[in-house]
Amino acid sequence: MTRVPGLLLLLAALGAAAQPARRSGFEDMSPQTRAMQRDDAQNPGMLWVQDGAALWERAPGPAAASCAGCHGDARVSMRGVAARYPAWDETLQHPVDLAQRINLCRERHQGATALPVEQQDLLALESHVALQSRGLPVAPPADERLQPFRVRGEAAWRERIGQLNLSCAQCHDERAGQRLAGSPIPEGHANGYPLYRLEWQGLGSLQRRLRNCMTGVRAEPWPAGSAALVELSLYLAWRDRGMALESPAVRP
Amino acid sequence: MARTLITSPATAKRGEVIELRALIAHPMETGFRPGADGLLLPRNLITRFSCRYNGDLVFSADLFAAVAANPYVSFFTVATDSGTLSFSWEGDHGFAQTETVALAVT
Repeated sequence: MTRVPGLLLLLAALGAAAQPARRSGFEDMSPQTRAMQRDDAQNPGMLWVQDGAALWERAPGPAAASCAGCHGDARVSMRGVAARYPAWDETLQHPVDLAQRINLCRERHQGATALPVEQQDLLALESHVALQSRGLPVAPPADERLQPFRVRGEAAWRERIGQLNLSCAQCHDERAGQRLAGSPIPEGHANGYPLYRLEWQGLGSLQRRLRNCMTGVRAEPWPAGSAALVELSLYLAWRDRGMALESPAVRP
Repeated sequence: MARTLITSPATAKRGEVIELRALIAHPMETGFRPGADGLLLPRNLITRFSCRYNGDLVFSADLFAAVAANPYVSFFTVATDSGTLSFSWEGDHGFAQTETVALAVT
């Protein structure tokens, strides 16, 4: 009898080693902001989702099909899609994130032009697709070809940058849970993008957040839409694997 | 037309207190912030929100520069008769929008 709890403890320890306990930024927010995210009637991100749902049905040109024309009901066809991005693109032979996938689809199948980075329609479509995976675990694809990109992303995560000479890991791995000028330092999980930031008073993508962080350590931000940002997102998705997707999340 | 999200019950019992919630997409530009070119951005605020229940004013609020973008308002009223609830926002530069929802009272 006494051996059983010991075995259970061992199993629990193994389970913890396989999937380290992680804390979503959601848990560090004030009760009011948490309520805002939890309630779709209060969450301003749902305004973009509403827009995205309308864009999903609308064809971008007279000769083109709408998103729904090929994919049908997003609630069925897009379920789990956002949870596995960034993913490999066969034609380009490199990984693309969800916003880039939407733009590629526009160019290849709809005969439309790519939408500019952070453009409201692109954010709307991205949030509409991401909403369909809300609550599902982040599931980065086990594609071997992604590995070298992910390794480069992890190297970027650990590299000191900027005049403050800080790496992402120094704050978000080593000092997570401590405070920076009165604000809690989150673990830096990317499981809620695109998300509504109260500071931005608008919806923004993960790339916007990453570029923001680079400005914060007084480094020159990488260009929006660059391959390096996708590599970093790829590593972040791997780091967040198994965590529930919260899109569209709300953050302070 | 600005995007809105209105949450109200479709049906209610007579005399029941119901919660109404309204969210609208609006920049709520204060008029005090400089833009990228260094010049002040013109003020663009929603200044008045009101809700009418079958034509009777049941709730109204004045909004000012300190209210964040995409303002959210929640309030209560008593369900009396079946009819419509109309939510109106008015603001700078002739901004005016009205959304109506139906309420069935049993």
